[in-house]
Amino acid sequence: MSVRHAMLALLTEGPKYGLQLRQDFEARTGDVWPLNVGQVYTTLQRLERDGLVGSDGGDDGPQKRYAITGDGTDELTRWLRTPPDLSSPPRDELVIKVLVALRVAGIDEHEVIQVHRRYLIEVMQQWTKLKDGADDDIGFALVVDAELFRLDSVVRWLDSAEGRLRRRSTDADAEQRPEPTAARLPTRRAGIRR
Amino acid sequence: MSLLELRQVTKRYGRGADEVHALRSVDLSVEAGELVAVMGPSGSGKSTLLTIAGSLEVPDEGGVVLDGTDLAGLSRNERARIRRRSIGYVFQDYNLLAGLTAAENVSMPLELDGVAGRAARQAAVEALTSLGLQDKAGRFPDELSGGERQRVAIARAVVGDRRLLLADEPSGALDSANGEAVIRLIRNACRGDVAGIVVTHDAQLAAWADRIVFLRDGRLVDSTAPVAGPDSLLAPGGRP
Repeated sequence: MSVRHAMLALLTEGPKYGLQLRQDFEARTGDVWPLNVGQVYTTLQRLERDGLVGSDGGDDGPQKRYAITGDGTDELTRWLRTPPDLSSPPRDELVIKVLVALRVAGIDEHEVIQVHRRYLIEVMQQWTKLKDGADDDIGFALVVDAELFRLDSVVRWLDSAEGRLRRRSTDADAEQRPEPTAARLPTRRAGIRR
Repeated sequence: MSLLELRQVTKRYGRGADEVHALRSVDLSVEAGELVAVMGPSGSGKSTLLTIAGSLEVPDEGGVVLDGTDLAGLSRNERARIRRRSIGYVFQDYNLLAGLTAAENVSMPLELDGVAGRAARQAAVEALTSLGLQDKAGRFPDELSGGERQRVAIARAVVGDRRLLLADEPSGALDSANGEAVIRLIRNACRGDVAGIVVTHDAQLAAWADRIVFLRDGRLVDSTAPVAGPDSLLAPGGRP
């Protein structure tokens, strides 16, 4: 989440004080992303340094009111249309755990997968319960939907991984298959985001 | 006492080398007011569990107790009567009768159970109205959208004094907004003295349930814990 661009977006509604920006930010994101005051003022100082916001009032702090500049509006417009970096896969701890489970003797990879599937769905139940109780808050509903779709995609990956592993063991029963070698494990480490 | 209890239910299909264990010693209790989701891969026994819970099939071993009544002790006709009175089904492909209007589809189970035409029709219109379909009562299924047809199917499942709602992939062909609308209706129907079981492979749908159980190769292998409060998600630091 870009706090910097969220501040610019809130300032398109008109000039605001730092504390007001913090309240607005938390309200618009359904209170899911709490911000501390220091984070708000640090962000505003950097935006001002870069010429993306201007301020009236004297010293930094609650007395100072901020307004978006022309460059700030251009930056916000550019950011909204710039896709996030999806090109290199994140280093996913869950993927690594499942890969490791395949290599450790005495570990049932299906059981490991089920432990994670259950946990993910329990988290999804909690988000769903929150959504059920907040029908009128469109910002919150969008945030919760995004989280549910993200978790759902991980569950789907686990389902797919389990299906793939089952087919593999069925095939291995049919024909004695050699152990996977290190060379067959993912090698595109250069592209993994740290 | 639970509204529904499956006790050591085993179901086999085929014989000899072709024999398949669809369910193996499954124990499952569902309380009144509870919605339980059943998840598992294709062939894990999900739909068999639903048909046995709804007395559309009988187990080879074990028993089913619905609202205190052991279904094994009943005749075929008595089981059919319980199905009509106490159990509502929602299927993926709606199973509406094309030649009947929405209201006639909904009133049919009541009329089959001996409720007079006028009273059955009024109950059907009330059920349709509660699902926002008051203007569609006279429409035929092919004059309705997919989401509307599924809502008619839900109205048919909840009309009268049903105690158990059973749904098999109820949002199957619907987009995510209509799918959510359907599961919200099922969720809301399973309150008070009504319980529900929904079979699905969709985690977003299952997450509406109070409890999710996982089937693998005909066995219940796992179950979620009771849903934690929202504080665990919105604690300082934000997301889980």
